[in-house]
Amino acid sequence: MNLHRIATLALIAIAATGSSAAAQLRVVATTPDLASLAREIGGNVVNVTALAKPTEDPHYVDAKPSHIVTLNRADVLIEGGAELELGWLPPLLESSRNARIAAGARGRIVASTGVRMLEIPTSFDRSKGDVHSLGNPHFLADPVSVKIVARRISDHLAQVDPRLAASYKANLVRFNARIDAKMAEWQRQLAPFRNAKIVTYHKDFVYFANRFNLEIVETLEPKPGIAPSPAHLAKVIGTMKAENARVILVQPYQNRRTAETVARQAGAVVLDMPQQPGARPNTGTYFDMMDYLVTTLAAGLRGQK
Amino acid sequence: MRGRSILCAFGLITPLLAQAQAPQKKDSLAKADSAARADSIALVHELEKELGKPAGDSGAAAQTPPHASGGYMNIGFVSLTDAGWSTEPDIGSLERGDHDPQVRGFTIPNTELALDGAVDPYFKGFSNIVFKLDKNGETGVELEEAFVLTTSLPANLQLKAGQFFTEFGRQNPQHPHSWAFVDQPLVLNRMFGPDGLRSQGLRVSWLAPTPFYTEALLSIVNSAGGATSSFRSEESPEIHGGRATERAVRGLQDMLIVPRLATSFDLTETQTLLLGASAAFGPNNSGSSARTRIYGVDGYWKWKPAAAQQGFPFISMQGEALLRRYDAAERVSADVPTVTLPNETLKDRGAYAQVLWGIKPRIVAGLRGDWARGDDASFDSELRADRFRVSPNFTWYPTEFSKFRVQYNYDDRKEIGSDHSLWFQFEFLLGAHASHKF
Repeated sequence: MNLHRIATLALIAIAATGSSAAAQLRVVATTPDLASLAREIGGNVVNVTALAKPTEDPHYVDAKPSHIVTLNRADVLIEGGAELELGWLPPLLESSRNARIAAGARGRIVASTGVRMLEIPTSFDRSKGDVHSLGNPHFLADPVSVKIVARRISDHLAQVDPRLAASYKANLVRFNARIDAKMAEWQRQLAPFRNAKIVTYHKDFVYFANRFNLEIVETLEPKPGIAPSPAHLAKVIGTMKAENARVILVQPYQNRRTAETVARQAGAVVLDMPQQPGARPNTGTYFDMMDYLVTTLAAGLRGQK
Repeated sequence: MRGRSILCAFGLITPLLAQAQAPQKKDSLAKADSAARADSIALVHELEKELGKPAGDSGAAAQTPPHASGGYMNIGFVSLTDAGWSTEPDIGSLERGDHDPQVRGFTIPNTELALDGAVDPYFKGFSNIVFKLDKNGETGVELEEAFVLTTSLPANLQLKAGQFFTEFGRQNPQHPHSWAFVDQPLVLNRMFGPDGLRSQGLRVSWLAPTPFYTEALLSIVNSAGGATSSFRSEESPEIHGGRATERAVRGLQDMLIVPRLATSFDLTETQTLLLGASAAFGPNNSGSSARTRIYGVDGYWKWKPAAAQQGFPFISMQGEALLRRYDAAERVSADVPTVTLPNETLKDRGAYAQVLWGIKPRIVAGLRGDWARGDDASFDSELRADRFRVSPNFTWYPTEFSKFRVQYNYDDRKEIGSDHSLWFQFEFLLGAHASHKF
């Protein structure tokens, strides 16, 4: 009798686990920041995986066979778009044979769609470096752009999984409210540094600077994707001294040694500013990461005042 | 347990749902947004208005991006120039590949015009047209690849149809522009000929539902043609010097059948291993029922740290080993009609192993070892003689759209002696971004 009941319960538990696992929406994001947004909007009823590691350059991810397996089983794919993943995602998608995430399918989310893109080139010319024809793809560092992306995620999740449409909408409302509250806080934190002059390694803080009223006076790369040359770095040092730019922002996959050399010469400091959640301890979510970026930058700029 | 926690989650969500749906159906999000104030909200709405997307409308699917790139077809153009010198004046006897350096001095052995795009909702199309200058400077054009690939077959199946590089091993399906060395590995040249194994037909592949990557592929292609050495290609007879036997295709047994199984594991966060086993079965033209069987194993291992700068540094190792059984039927020698060659099975084997070290961004050092040998047969062909080669090289990629390479080859042809060669290579790419498979 008791045994029978335990067996029945066990069976129910197994059935419940099985069915819920099967029903759980599998969302794959190309990068950890997109994955974090998917977790915010999907809540704990969706299973979210990121293809790129937090410390990995999103332009240069290895198209590993294990990614094919992940994509093959995905219900939803979120990509940054604007050619961010152009070097590695297409062959994976060809092999993934998954119509649910094909271009144009409901399960395919292109984050850049609807975002006001900056630096859209007026002509296709690679003598200007590896410029993306659809604009600068690093828009997730702007929390306002992120709201547009979050709504796109919510819309698509609702279409793919209409059962939970209301839940995705509710999560979006909560997310937006939280972004707004945080935005006020972040802006307050960075308000004393209005129009502060900064230097970055790659053109990856354009949206961030735009949002928080910072001025990027130079990048260590002479052109996007082009390695820094000594002549260019000399020019950067000159500009930094002339403009009184005292911080250089680098991501984990950029050459910190180069940045430090320039910083030493220019009397500046190098700040580790990874834009991917999880690249630093205790920055697992988009909010944690933005907190970290804002705090680190504020401290860096304050220290230099 | 897991089921219960999910139920709990539902329980938490429900009140929120009610809350969210309550105010207004259509504009609930906009309302919630404005309730939450902050000037960024106004900006979002302003943006949305500008983009013509009604706020809060969840129905609208993907919008057209600000401007579409490309058109219906991606176009890429890759051009390779080789230059160099060797102690062997007859470069063709050292470098037998169609896309290898051809003479002392300069050659342009491979310029590809690559086109691809979605054909319709069911197929993607790919084409590669190669232009090359031969050793006399004459331009040659070949339709290297032209195939469609299905995009949405059920049961994890995928079909490829048309003309394509046969998926045997790791390097055979790769275009010269993705090779890590100036020239083709000896063993692949020996088994598959100057242009690799490439034919017309069908390939079906199946992605197995295993937790790790496992793919099974089966190609059924023509066994005759310009790039089916070891089988019914015109190049086949010379490997043992007999006169080619004309034979028509009578059934499936006269097609070239190429099965392959590949599997991959992420050993750690930073290391990946890919293993494969391939075979190729088909008729050859030494006799009316003579057949060739080729077996191969391949491996690829790569290490790249989690915070690699533009994909550097890295270390990768790649190797392939192949074995060929070639039935040579009794027949008349092509050169000396009075000589009759006996019925025998020619056995060849060979392997190569290469290691690449991406020292710092855009700089790669490489080392490859090549080895190939054939057993003794009644006819001694230079194409089956023992050979050994070591090739260190160095590549600099100014960007991912251009590269400079320098390679030294130490060649040891056992009966002939050793040779030294130095090759330079320059490559540029126009148009569509090169994306590479692992």
